[in-house]
Amino acid sequence: MTDAAIDLPLKGLRVLDFAQFLAGPVAALRLCDLGAEVIKIERPQGGDLCRAMVVNDQRLDGDSLVFHTFNRGKKSVAADLKNPDDLAAVRRLIQTADVMIHNFRPGVMERIGLGYADVSALNPRIVYGAVSGYGTNGPWRDKPGQDLLVQSLSGIGWLSGDADDGPVPTGYAALDVATAGNLVQGILACLLRRAVSNKGGLVEVDLLSAAIDMTFEQFTCFLNDKETQPVRHKSGNANPYQPAPYGIYKTVDGYLAFAMTPLAKVADLLGAPEIAAFGQEGAFSHLNEIKSLIAEIFEKRSTQHWLDLLEPAGIWCAPCLDWPGFVATEGFRALDPVQTIRSEQGTEAKTTACPIRIDGAMLKSGKGAPALGAHTDELIAEKV
Amino acid sequence: MSAPLDGILVVDFSQFLSGPYASLQLMDLGARVIKVENPNGGDLCRKHYVSETQIDGDSTIFHAINRGKQSIALDLKAEVDLAKARRLIAKADIVIQNFRPGVVERLGLAYESAKKIRPDIIYGSISGYGEMGDWSEAPGQDLLAQARSGVMWLSGNAGNGPVPIGIPIADITAGANLAQGILGALFHHARTGQGTFVQTSLLEALIDLQFEFLTTYCNNGATPPQRLERGSAHGYLASPYGVYRTQEGHLALAMTPLPKLAQALDAPTMFDGFEGTLASFHSRDALFRIIEARLRSRPAADWDRALGAAGIWCAKVLDWPEVLASDAVQSLDMRARVAGEFEVFRSPIRMNGRRPDAHSIAPRLNAQAEDICREFDL
Repeated sequence: MTDAAIDLPLKGLRVLDFAQFLAGPVAALRLCDLGAEVIKIERPQGGDLCRAMVVNDQRLDGDSLVFHTFNRGKKSVAADLKNPDDLAAVRRLIQTADVMIHNFRPGVMERIGLGYADVSALNPRIVYGAVSGYGTNGPWRDKPGQDLLVQSLSGIGWLSGDADDGPVPTGYAALDVATAGNLVQGILACLLRRAVSNKGGLVEVDLLSAAIDMTFEQFTCFLNDKETQPVRHKSGNANPYQPAPYGIYKTVDGYLAFAMTPLAKVADLLGAPEIAAFGQEGAFSHLNEIKSLIAEIFEKRSTQHWLDLLEPAGIWCAPCLDWPGFVATEGFRALDPVQTIRSEQGTEAKTTACPIRIDGAMLKSGKGAPALGAHTDELIAEKV
Repeated sequence: MSAPLDGILVVDFSQFLSGPYASLQLMDLGARVIKVENPNGGDLCRKHYVSETQIDGDSTIFHAINRGKQSIALDLKAEVDLAKARRLIAKADIVIQNFRPGVVERLGLAYESAKKIRPDIIYGSISGYGEMGDWSEAPGQDLLAQARSGVMWLSGNAGNGPVPIGIPIADITAGANLAQGILGALFHHARTGQGTFVQTSLLEALIDLQFEFLTTYCNNGATPPQRLERGSAHGYLASPYGVYRTQEGHLALAMTPLPKLAQALDAPTMFDGFEGTLASFHSRDALFRIIEARLRSRPAADWDRALGAAGIWCAKVLDWPEVLASDAVQSLDMRARVAGEFEVFRSPIRMNGRRPDAHSIAPRLNAQAEDICREFDL
């Protein structure tokens, strides 16, 4: 099913997306998937920097595939915010909008005259979302708000990988995506309040807060454990705070993920009484010893052998799939998570769909990202 | 100004992390959350100790996830208690559940049933892998969902096996997705008076997390990203993107043109023979070694200052004691002390410049039963 078939929750809402790269545009993308009209406001020279950020040499109509991934289904208006005429036109557009999003560094929008106070005077009902790297105060506020750098500063690199490794960052933009999610939540909550109060609001999120929130489960352990840095397991670490057998194990032909399981049960199924001898409390105190005993057993047989033995016994385990393995599974296909998007010139590409289903329907639109300034004339000429 | 979700009632049947994280976000935004728990021990997370710390007999993480909520214990297999749950749903704006597919149907608490009790209900559902497909019955556990999603081949280095993300990332992201869907549905309700069925799963959340890469992969003839031999941080990005050892500590370098980096490192010829964008991608491992050799001469803190001043995107890699000691984290003011000694983190979202307060720890099992029964006439 596509959006034509269901009444999308945000139909009729207008969002102005002044943001570039990832966190801001992805928040706007989610609002777009939920039914809002999203208009990107881009500088006339090249637009969103992401248009030129080609990774892996992949493009669509001259723009990077990544740009299409983040901006599919949106419209584009090219405006030079330093030019008074363009700025006046953007102000008129702001008067018609329900939401605006930006991720300029703290102070930039205020200097342009589009800070929350200015915009709220222009349109008191607007919900204003601002993304920063490190919040609007503090000594890091002017540092680049880039995902890997915030991961490095927030301790995340010491949770993945094994004890003897250096810091291991998550190999994708975890904080950008999480920050986008936080922004969407705040904006939607303010829209709801507006339905009652008729007043907009200011929503601020930042990558550093998202890093802390994303690790809040473990960070809370740390805070209440005399602030002792957690130590990663010696091998197969998957969460420094989990006791044995939690983690990853090598088999003859691959790897097996093994989640929380009582040691007595592990010992029984693997025919290894020496594991049970540690007692359940040993799962913390003799963590690495126990994991290495289990590892010696797992590495002797195939992944499928262990799955056949463990799954019927109700043990929480899974094979570690790579992408070719993953996309070939029935589990992947059953979710139907891929959609084909089409650029304005008719080029097609595949991308993932919104992870939220509404009334049982996937939200797929099939639209690519707009060419720079494609909707400038139409939207700037629009009567206010 | 009032909190955005003031007056909204969430009845939360979920346990562990994914569903309760969604209701935690809604609680921070002003909603009242009532946890409906089984009378035999309640939410399994209460007894899920990941470290030896606990508060009032419940695990630390249970309090982190369920602070500020209320609890009522109901045995959903007993007719009397099930009737109470139904009366509670009749007063609720939102229902959340994360049982395995089929369970709420058997209990008579599925969306269709809830809709009969309360036609405009917003019903949020999280599963492990969707409701169909051959994994639908598999345990919806974070590590296992990570294992199945391909995400374990993005972190760590080329010589490593699968490297899981050491955070329950699938649970937290699925919870955040559910909160977003529910908030969209609340907005829709305010305009139309209609309810909505919102569904997501750990697997959809993991696909969405990887969407930047997975889109690249789907369109490049299925060429998987390659991790670096060492210091890997992103399978599709060119040098110098990665994490480097220095004389003391580690330094992360993000997207930076190599000539600019050479200048900042005061070694203008260091990249001779590697000119052009293609070289910076295809010779990532060789370039890594060259850059690291140079960085080994000084501590990370020195490089962070020197390179940062030259406009290079870099950061020293910190651990948690250092993170908490930083002015930046202190100025975010996310830490809060509740119930005397217990420390938690507050919401990552600020509204009109203010971060919602954290007032209390999680409820004891069934703590508000009497009040709730009286208030809702259960």
